[in-house]
Order: sequence, then structure tokens, then C-alpha cells
Amino acid sequence: MAEGQFKQGIAAGRLAPPEYADNFSDLHPPFDRHEALVEADRCYFCYDAPCMQACPTSIDIPMFIRQISTGNPVGAAKTIFDQNILGGMCARVCPTETLCEEVCVREVAEGKPVQIGRLQRYATDTAMAQHKQFYERAAPTGKRIAVVGAGPAGLACAHRLAVNGHEVTVYEAKPKAGGLNEYGIAAYKSVDGFAQAEVDYITAIGGIDVQHDKALGRDISVAELASSHDAVFLGMGLSGVNALRAEGEDAEGVQDAVDFIAELRQAGDLAQLPVGRRVVVIGGGMTAIDAAIQSKLLGAEEVTICYRRGKEHMNASEFEQDLAASKGVTIRHWLQPKSVIDAGGRVAGIELEYTTLRDGKLVGTGETMLIDADQVFKAIGQSFDASPLNGSGNSIAMEGGRIKVDAEGRTSMAKVWAGGDCVVDAREDLTVAAVAAGRDAAESIHRALTSNGRA
Amino acid sequence: MEDAGRGRPARRQRQRAALRRDLGADRRLLGLNNIELITDRDLQTNLREIKQVKRDWPDRALIVSIMVPCVEEAWKAILPLVEDTGADGIELNFGCPHGMSERGMGSAVGQVPEYIEMVVRWCKQNTRMPVITKLTPNITDIRKPARAALTGGTDAVSLINTINSITGVDLDSFAPQPTIDGKGSHGGYCGPAVKPIAMNMVAEIARDSETRGLPISGIGGITTWRDAAEFMALGAGNVQVCTAAMTYGFKIVEEMIEGLKNWMDEKGHADLDAIVGRATPNVTDWQYLNLNYVAKARIDQDACIKCGRCHIACEDTSHQAITSMVDGARHFEVIEEECVGCNLCVNVCPVEGCITLEPLAAGSLDKRTGKVVEPVYANWTTHPNNPMARQAAE
Ligand SMILES: Cc1cc2nc3c(=O)[nH]c(=O)nc-3n(C[C@H](O)[C@H](O)[C@H](O)COP(=O)(O)OP(=O)(O)OC[C@H]3O[C@@H](n4cnc5c(N)ncnc54)[C@H](O)[C@@H]3O)c2cc1C
Ligand SMILES: Cc1cc2nc3c(=O)[nH]c(=O)nc-3n(C[C@H](O)[C@H](O)[C@H](O)COP(=O)(O)O)c2cc1C
Ligand code: SF4
Ligand code: SF4
Ligand code: SF4
Repeated sequence: MAEGQFKQGIAAGRLAPPEYADNFSDLHPPFDRHEALVEADRCYFCYDAPCMQACPTSIDIPMFIRQISTGNPVGAAKTIFDQNILGGMCARVCPTETLCEEVCVREVAEGKPVQIGRLQRYATDTAMAQHKQFYERAAPTGKRIAVVGAGPAGLACAHRLAVNGHEVTVYEAKPKAGGLNEYGIAAYKSVDGFAQAEVDYITAIGGIDVQHDKALGRDISVAELASSHDAVFLGMGLSGVNALRAEGEDAEGVQDAVDFIAELRQAGDLAQLPVGRRVVVIGGGMTAIDAAIQSKLLGAEEVTICYRRGKEHMNASEFEQDLAASKGVTIRHWLQPKSVIDAGGRVAGIELEYTTLRDGKLVGTGETMLIDADQVFKAIGQSFDASPLNGSGNSIAMEGGRIKVDAEGRTSMAKVWAGGDCVVDAREDLTVAAVAAGRDAAESIHRALTSNGRA
Repeated sequence: MEDAGRGRPARRQRQRAALRRDLGADRRLLGLNNIELITDRDLQTNLREIKQVKRDWPDRALIVSIMVPCVEEAWKAILPLVEDTGADGIELNFGCPHGMSERGMGSAVGQVPEYIEMVVRWCKQNTRMPVITKLTPNITDIRKPARAALTGGTDAVSLINTINSITGVDLDSFAPQPTIDGKGSHGGYCGPAVKPIAMNMVAEIARDSETRGLPISGIGGITTWRDAAEFMALGAGNVQVCTAAMTYGFKIVEEMIEGLKNWMDEKGHADLDAIVGRATPNVTDWQYLNLNYVAKARIDQDACIKCGRCHIACEDTSHQAITSMVDGARHFEVIEEECVGCNLCVNVCPVEGCITLEPLAAGSLDKRTGKVVEPVYANWTTHPNNPMARQAAE
């Protein structure tokens, strides 16, 4: 019997125990004080800084970096949290290369941006290690708000509402809070249980009651929430997964990438987590990259990402693609899945068809190829599952398959706001964008509740 | 050297000093403050080592820096001992701002021109060695001590010594820094930060009608060949380096030598005479600056990285003469109607050469004043706003 990496099929324990720890350690190790000071020195304290405009939560970046450089990392953390209470997680997971750091003037000048994300982590880690709480709740308003979903959007919303003196109940379907921070983000971006530590840090302000295992549509309805609360915020993320629409996709060994990652994130011992010897990931976004890299890190011998368009069309940033390549993942373009090769109910490979753009439309060329695989991950996008909303008979207007909101985050239904991945948004599906949406909706709810007393 | 000359080349490892640095961007040393406590090396050891150094390096000039109490006997006693080492000259340390000055040595002498003149005279009378008088910058008008040294018969002056300073306060113990057992005292500041002050003083002596032509050894923050060239252009015949060597080791001097050579070759300067003092005539008094000279800042848009520092500096503290947005886009451009040519933006721009001050040609319109730039030189002495000039005209 072949051992380790060469074990056939989907198997656990492909690596020696220390290799798991190595592979899943911090992607960007934290700065120590010296590194932080040296890096902070590089910031020019720009006027109306481009980095700040590129941050979806508009953190005052030049200010917090200056605070670090003057030896005040705790003050820097406050500057960050004022805009983004999940600044600790964002520092770890933001694709900074397409956000703040992409437009840093030192990127423009020398192709080497100030490492804003890592400085942000240095400041927030410093303050969180000291259990510094910066906010006191305003006098109680007597208003009660229901938040559905304890992901980044819901948590940011709940925190800002609590700061403003409201009482918040968060209804969360899962046993743990954090949303994709807890169940989705790649393990090497959020090590040492940071997601839960951050949830605790946020809820420590008080006035936020998180009710676990409470699902909208199953245990509660929008109508009930709207009548028993002064306002409702929906931050449910995306719980549906797009289908491959390839023959045989029900074969054993074909799995949703997000489910695989959630399992990995919750695994007590990674050596117990099975992975294929030959893995194929279908998709071109962050999820595809994360599933592929983590398969590789678990000891898969061969991991191939197949994407139906070109490199330039991939949603995953250049940095993410390079990271995958550096871990030994092969990325192939212009291939779409046609059928899953089924050997006795189990996946044995996948047949793909070459694609091309004809008159701006993606079409198959008719030519096909085969890749051997004992595990296939679907990562071709998630979708919003609207069923929990309309179960109550109240309809909330949708657009492009997600909840429609106005500029302030209001849905078409009175008293109901929404934000984060479950909402159509010009911004990408990013943690930091969800935080911005939750925070802004909270301010809108606060304005509505304090100006006329009702939403 | 305890109570005596401090042999510059002698090892100083057992001389106690409290030092503290000031750091700038990229952890670069801007300045150093030292408080010298008293050496535990005896005079004989220093003299022996000086002698050895001269024996080992006979082709190099060796200058011995001396400081003794301000009485003639003390000077008379030490000069033959130094002479006996074979040293080529002496430098009188009238600049040390601590330790010695409290005992009537160092800058205590350097701050009183009459004492300088007296001590220099004693030395000239009691030794065949050339005498360099080292000046303290802790004085209002550097020309006074330089003139006194000249009157006393000095062969040259060297400057500057360190500047009285406190570089910081420890905010836990509330002790000034550098700190010695919880207390501090003004120490001497040196390094890159003191260069502008030193250069002004060198120029003042070089262009003073009384001291013009007196050889000058330039000191203060010299770290690169460029610094050395600048001091020499202002009138220093040679330069001395302390902090840079203390920061980087003696190797830093190689860069200065090679850099100077390269620059002189490139510009066709055959020897030092071609550069020493070349900038001195261009240092003038304020009232002789050409008030008809108009320059405007110009931003090289290809070089600009759009950091906005020029804008906010000008907007908040100068003349609101740089845009931040043009047609809805981030764009930094000088508004000629507002620019007074103050140079602030040039100083704050992080990109070398991106903002330049461009003189307006005579005959062209200054959009700020609406006046045509005059072709003639005119200064404060004849300016209509000058009450003295008005009186003279009336
Ligand atoms: C694999 C993967 C990797 C990613 N990596 C990154 C990354 O590196 N950087 C980045 O910026 N973004 C990344 N993202 C995107 C990012 O995670 C999301 O944009 C972000 O989490 C959205 O926040 P949210 O609060 O809107 O939704 P979610 O984080 O999805 O949270 C929604 C919450 O609502 C709960 N919920 C759902 N339905 C119900 C219901 N009916 N009743 C009660 N509760 C419910 C869920 O359990 C969940 O806790 C990644 C996404 C995935 C899938
Ligand atoms: C630690 C230290 C000790 C010094 N000791 C003396 C000294 O004994 N005699 C003296 O004339 N100058 C002394 N100086 C002053 C230097 O010679 C020099 O004038 C001054 O530091 C400015 O030059 P720099 O910027 O190159 O250091 C000392 C400076 C330092 C930093
Ligand atoms: S939150 Fe993200 S985008 Fe904003 S500054 Fe921090 S790392 Fe950059
Ligand atoms: S753009 Fe870069 S240099 Fe400018 S403030 Fe932001 S981080 Fe600093
Ligand atoms: S300071 Fe220099 S680089 Fe920055 S915006 Fe102004 S001209 Fe451009």
C-alpha cells in the first residue's frame, strides 16, 4: 500500500504531524516592534490619502501609521476600530494588494507599498492583547434591534448599535459566531482561534446577546422579528452554492469547496482530515484558490484549478494566484467542466471542454480533455438563499438574486435593513465590505430610531 | 586626557561618555548628544600612544587637541610634552561644552574672546607647532571668538564643537536624556542635524572682513562627500569628521574621498583651490538679496506620486497655491496666481527633483502681483517699504 502523499483515493494523514503545523502557520507572520517601526517610517502621511479612499471602511491609515511610529500602537488601534471594529480580522484577510496597498503612493513610486495590513494587525493585536476596550455605550435608548447572522456584517452592525445605546439580539444559525471568519477564511490567515477571540472582543462592549442555533426561516421569521423589535438587520451572507451543471456531479468525491473549508476550519486535528491524492478545483475566485492551497497543504499530491476564462478574468487577485502557484497548485484556464467520470459511484476524473470568447460570449470549442481526480471541489460561486426570508409571507424585494437595498442599507420592507454578502453591492464580497455595510446600516438605523422614534 | 590634551588618535575606549541618538526616517541617525565624563586614562599613556601613532604613520599630519586650565603655567607645561611626541600641530579645544567648561576650560574660555586671545598668544609664544583654535558654537556671534583667535596669532580656526542640548526626556523617570544615574545635563549635540548651523558659522568667518583668509577646518555633521564639498565651498580648507565615523566606522571616509574625487573630475576642478571658498562670495546679507527676483514652484507631473504633501503644507501653512483636485481628479498643480515661491513644497515633497522653483524671466508677468518682472537688481536698501530708503530719497 502506498503511504503518505501517494495514498490512493481520499485519505487522512498524508503528512507527518509537524508538517501540518508548519503548513498551516500564519501566512504573514506578525510584525515585531522593530519591524513595525521600520515599516511605519515609510508612510508619507499623505493628504487625503489614496489608501484611505481605497479602504471600504475608510480607516484613517496615515493617522494610525503615524501613531505606530510615535510609539502609540494602542492609539493606532482606536483609530482603526473607530471605522472598523473587525480591523483585526481585516488586517489578516483583506486582499490589500487590490485595496489600500494597491494605491499607496509608495506602490506608485517604487512598486513597494507600505504594508498597511500588517501594520494594522500590529496595532490591533497590541490593543487586543491588552484587552483595551475603547468604547462606552451611550445611555440606553430602550430600543431593541434584531440582527440576523453573526458574520462580519452582523457583528459590525451589532457593535455600532450597542455603542449607540441600543439593545441587540443576534440570531445565528450556526453553533459559533463569526460567519465566514470562523467557517470560511483560509486557516493560515486566521490562526490561533482569532475569529472567536475577535467575536469575544466585539461583544465585550455589552448589550449584544448572541443566540446560537437560531435560524431565520426555521426558528424565527422576519415578520416576527419586525413586530417584536424596533428594527431588523439581515446579514445572512450566502448560503447557497452554484451547481456545476456537469453530468455526474452527484458522484461521491464531488464536494462544495466552502463545505470542505468549513470542515477544515473546525477540524481539531488536521491529520484526521481526509483529502484526495489528485484534486481538481473548479472555479476562479478566492474560494477556489483557498480550497486548492489547503488541499495541497493537507498533502494532496496534485492539485489543479480549472477556470473557464483567462487569467486576467479571475476574481482571485494576482497575489492569491501567485500564492497558489508557490504552493504547487497548477492553475489552468479556458476549461469548463463537462462531466464527472464516475467509477462505481466514486469520482475518478473529470472531463473538461476548452472554451473561448466568441463575439464576447464564452463558448465551448468542442475539444475536450481529461484530468484524473479522486476529489473534485466546486467553487464556482455562492448564491443567496432567499427561502428563509419569504417563509413568513413578507416579501422583500430582490435584485440579481440578492436582497435589494438603498444607499443606507434599507430593504423594501419597513424596519428591515440588510448588508454584507446577502445584498447586491457594487463592491466585491469581502469581509471589509461587509463590515462597512453593517456599520453604515447601524448608523442609518440609529438615525431612524432617534429622529422619529421608529424605523 | 585627564586635565590635559585629548589625543585625537588615541584610543578612547575607557573614556566614559553618555550618548543618546535622535533617529529620523529609516532609523537614520540625525544627531548625537554626548556628555563626557572624565577620562581615566592618564596623560603619559596618551602621549606615549600619540608618539607611536606618529612613528607608525610618519607621512600623515597628526594634530593633538589640548585643553588645560586657563593659566599660563599649565600651557607652558604641556606644550613641550606634546611637541616631544613629534605631532605636527595642536588644536586648542575651546569648544567642549561640558565637564571642562565648569572648571574654566573648554567653552568657558571659548565664550570669552579675551581669554581666547590670551591663551592662543601663550601657545604661540611657547611652541613652534602651528595652532588651530577650535571654536564653540554656544555663542551668539561666531565672528567675535574667531577675530580674537586671529588677534592672538592663531594659524587657523576649526569649528564647530558640539551644541548645548537636551535630546529628550525619559517620560517614565522624567529625567533628561542622556541620563546618568537619573540626572542629565546639557550635553553636546553633533551629527547631521548640526550641519546647517556649522556651515553658517564657517561662512560667517570666511566672509568677515577681519578674518577673511584665515584657514578654516570645517566640522559639524559631515557624513558624505557632498557635505564635505559644501563646507569647503563655503571656505573650509579641510574638514573633520566625528559623528559619521562614530556611526559607521572609519570606512565612511573612503566614500567621502572617492565621492569628492569623482565630483571634482566630473566638474573639471583640478585642485582644492578650485573649490575652496567658491560659494563664500554668494553668501550675503539679507538686505542685499534681489527683491526683483521672482520664482514659482513647478511640479513635474510625471515624477509626482500624488501624496498631496505639497498641497496640504501650502494650504494650511503657506499660500494656498497648490491644487488637490482638478476636474474631479486628484491632481497637484501650482496656482501661479498664488505662489510666492517660498520653497516649502520643495522641502516637503518626498520625490527628489519633482518640484522645482523656476525663475520668471525678466519682462514676463508675475500672475500673483500682476506686475512685470523687472530686469534690474533691486534690494531692500532701495525698496519703497524701507523707511530708511524713503528718508534717503526724500
Ligand atoms: C472560502 C472563502 C474565503 C474567503 N476569503 C476571504 C478573504 O481572504 N478575504 C476577504 O476579504 N473575504 C474573503 N471571503 C469573503 C468574506 O468571507 C465574505 O465577504 C464575508 O464573510 C461576508 O460577511 P457577511 O457577514 O455578509 O456573511 P457571512 O460571513 O457569510 O456571515 C453570515 C452569517 O449568517 C448566518 N446565517 C445564514 N443564514 C442564516 C439564517 N437563516 N438564520 C440565521 N443566521 C444565518 C451564517 O451562519 C453566518 O454566520 C471569503 C469567502 C469564502 C467563501
Ligand atoms: C563622544 C564625543 C566626544 C567628543 N570629544 C571632543 C573632544 O574631546 N574635544 C573636541 O574638541 N571635540 C570633541 N567632540 C566634538 C567633535 O570633535 C566635533 O566637533 C563635533 O562632534 C561636531 O562634528 P560631527 O558632527 O562630525 O560629530 C566630541 C564629540 C563627541 C560625539
Ligand atoms: S481594512 Fe483592509 S482595506 Fe482597509 S486599511 Fe485595513 S487592510 Fe486595508
Ligand atoms: S498612500 Fe501609502 S504612504 Fe500615503 S498615507 Fe497611505 S500608506 Fe502612507
Ligand atoms: S509633494 Fe511631490 S509627489 Fe507629493 S503630490 Fe506634491 S508634487 Fe506630487
